Amino acid sequence: MSTPRTIIEKLWDSHVVAEREGAPSLIYIDLHLVHEVTSPQAFAGLRARGLKVRRPRNTFATTDHSTPTTPRSLPIVDPIAKAQVERLESNCEEFGIPYFGFQSPHQGIVHVIGPENGLTQPGMTVVCGDSHTATHGAFGALAFGIGTSEVEMVLATQCLLQRKSKTYEVRVDGALKPGVTAKDIILALIARIGVGGGTGCVFEYRGTAISALSMEERMTVCNMSIEGGARAGLIAPDDKTYQFLAGKPFVPKDAAWDAAVERWKKLPTDPGAAYDRTISMDANELEPMITFGTNPGMGIPVSGVVPDPSSLSDPLERDSLAKALRYMDLTPGKPLAGQPVNVVFVGSCTNSRMSDLRAAAGVLKGRKVNPKVRMMVVPGSMEIKRQAEAEGLDKVFREAGADWREAGCSMCIAMNGDQLQPGEYSVSTSNRNFEGRQGKGGRTFLASPLTAAASAIAGVVTDARKL
Amino acid sequence: MAQFTTLTSRMMPMPVDNIDTDQIIPARFLKTISKEGLDKQLFNDWRYDASGNPKPDFILNAPEWQGVRILLAGDNFGCGSSREHAPWALTQWGFRAILSTSFADIFKSNALKNGLVPVVVSREVHAKLFELVAADAQAAVTIDLASQTLTLPGGAKVEFPVDAFSKHCLLEGVDELGYILQQAPAIEAYEARKDVHLNTLQPS
Repeated sequence: MSTPRTIIEKLWDSHVVAEREGAPSLIYIDLHLVHEVTSPQAFAGLRARGLKVRRPRNTFATTDHSTPTTPRSLPIVDPIAKAQVERLESNCEEFGIPYFGFQSPHQGIVHVIGPENGLTQPGMTVVCGDSHTATHGAFGALAFGIGTSEVEMVLATQCLLQRKSKTYEVRVDGALKPGVTAKDIILALIARIGVGGGTGCVFEYRGTAISALSMEERMTVCNMSIEGGARAGLIAPDDKTYQFLAGKPFVPKDAAWDAAVERWKKLPTDPGAAYDRTISMDANELEPMITFGTNPGMGIPVSGVVPDPSSLSDPLERDSLAKALRYMDLTPGKPLAGQPVNVVFVGSCTNSRMSDLRAAAGVLKGRKVNPKVRMMVVPGSMEIKRQAEAEGLDKVFREAGADWREAGCSMCIAMNGDQLQPGEYSVSTSNRNFEGRQGKGGRTFLASPLTAAASAIAGVVTDARKL
Repeated sequence: MAQFTTLTSRMMPMPVDNIDTDQIIPARFLKTISKEGLDKQLFNDWRYDASGNPKPDFILNAPEWQGVRILLAGDNFGCGSSREHAPWALTQWGFRAILSTSFADIFKSNALKNGLVPVVVSREVHAKLFELVAADAQAAVTIDLASQTLTLPGGAKVEFPVDAFSKHCLLEGVDELGYILQQAPAIEAYEARKDVHLNTLQPS
C-alpha cells in the first residue's frame, strides 16, 4: 500500500513536469489568471524575446486593480490607469488570451470571476500575479501568488520552478456562534500565528467548522492565507464544491463532468497522512474579530482592548507594535469598540460575494448609515452586481445612505480613485491594514461584513450582536 | 539578471518587523506599465512629507547613507502583496542585499530573480548587527555568495543559507526563464501524458 498523502502532496505530485539535481521542480500550471497591474512588464518581456503565450486557453484576464468603480458609462479619468487597463486589453488581443475587459458584463475582481465562471476547478494549479490567489484554494486547487518575472515564465512555458512547501494542517472543529463568520476564523488564525506564521507552508483548512462553511465562506478563509505568511491555503473538495461548480460556463459538461467529479473525489487527504505542522482552533470559542494595528496579525475580538507594547519583551517587537499604535493613534488598554470611524468599506476579493452583501444588507435594512460615515459597497463582479440588484440589495444599501458601486478592487488597494483621506479611520472587509494601504495616512480596521455594517450605523466600531 | 558574487557595504538599519511591500512601494505607483523609475518611490510614504518633500529624519534621505548597498531590516521582510515592483524599486535605488531574520516567500522569490540577495541570519547575529551599526555607522560587512558567508566587522564569519539553484543563477547571472525554455521537451512530454488531465478551458 502506498504512503498516505495530503491533498497538498497529491496536487504537487500530479503537476511535476521534471526534476533535475540541484534545481527546483518544474511544475505545470493549469490556470493562469492575469490582471492589468502585474502583467504589462511580463508581456513586454515576451515581446523582447520573441516568445508567444504557450497555452492562451489556460490563461484568462480581467481588469480590477486600477479599474475605477464609478459608472461604466464614465471614462477612466486617471490617464495612467486608463493606459494600464487599455494595455491589458491590447496585450490580450495580441497574444490571443481570453479576457473580460473594462466594459464586459462579466468583469470583476480576478479572484471572484475565476470561481464564478468555473475557471477554477479542483485539482488544478492556479497562479496569478497577485498574492490573494490563495482564494482559489477553496476549490481544492493549489493556488498561489507570483511575481511579474514568474507571470512571464508561465505565459511563455505554462510552467514554474518551485520548491515543495511544508504542509500545515489548520483544524477548526466545532460550530461558530451566531454572528461569528468565516472572516473571524481567518482573522483569529492570523492573530494567533502572526503574519509570518505560515511562511514556507501551504495551509490545509479542515475540521467540522470548515466543512460547514459555504463555498463563498471557504473563499474568504483561503483568501487571507497569505496574511498568515502561507503562499497557498486550500480546502479539499466535497459535494458543496461540486454543487457550486455544476453548470458554470467553463466546467466540463455531461460525461466529462461525471469523469471530472470522479477524479476530484480522489483529491482529499488520505486517512493517516502526516503534516509537517498542525494547529487546532475551537470554533465555539471564536468571537467576531477586528484588527487594531498595521498588519493583519494585529487582531483582537471586537470586545477586546488595544494591547500594550510594554507587555512585550522583545525590543524589536515592542517597537514595531508601538510604531503601529502611533500610526493608528490608538491608546493601549483602551477598548476598540466605540472608536469613531469615518468610512466603511464592504468589498474586495475577501468579502464582496453575494453572501457578504446579503449579510451587510441584513444589518442595514431599515436603518441608516451614521451621517458622519461614508459607506461604500463594492460588488466583486458585474455578475454579482446584477444578482444583488435582482434581490433588491442595492435599494437597501442606497436607502441606508451607502454608495453602491461597480465591480473592482476599489478601496482595498486604493489605486483606482477609491481611498481614505489622511487620518481617516475605516472599518473594511478587505484583507490588509498596512500603513497607507487604503490611502496615504488612512487607518484601517479589518473585520467581517457584519461588523462593518454595524459600525457604519453606529458611527463607531461596533459588535453587530449588540446593535 | 545582474550577477552577484561578493559585496562589501555598510548596512542601512531599518529596525522594523514585518515591513510589507506596500511600505516598500505603495500601490498607487503600480499603475505604470514600465519597470523603470521606481527608485523615486521606494519607501515613499515613510520618505516624503505631505507636500512631497524628503523627510530629513528618514534614513533613506540622509546624505551619509547614500550609496549603501545593504539594508538591515526586521523580521519577515517583504510580507504582503506579491508586487515585483518592490525588488525593482530596491535594486534601482542601489540595494543588492537585505539582511533579516526571515523573508516572506513571494518577496524572496521575486528578489532572487532580480539580483537582490535575501540573507537570513540568526536572531543573535541580527541583534549584534544592529548594535554594531548603532555604535559605528561605518561598520561594514562582506557577503560572499560562493562560500555563503557573511563577514562581520572584526572578521568573524557566519554562514547563511541559499539554495543551490538560486546561488548558481546569481553567480552566473543566469535567467530562470531561459532555463525553463530549455526544458521544452519535458513540458511537451507532460502535456502528452495520458494520466495527466489538462484543463484546457473552453466555454461550453
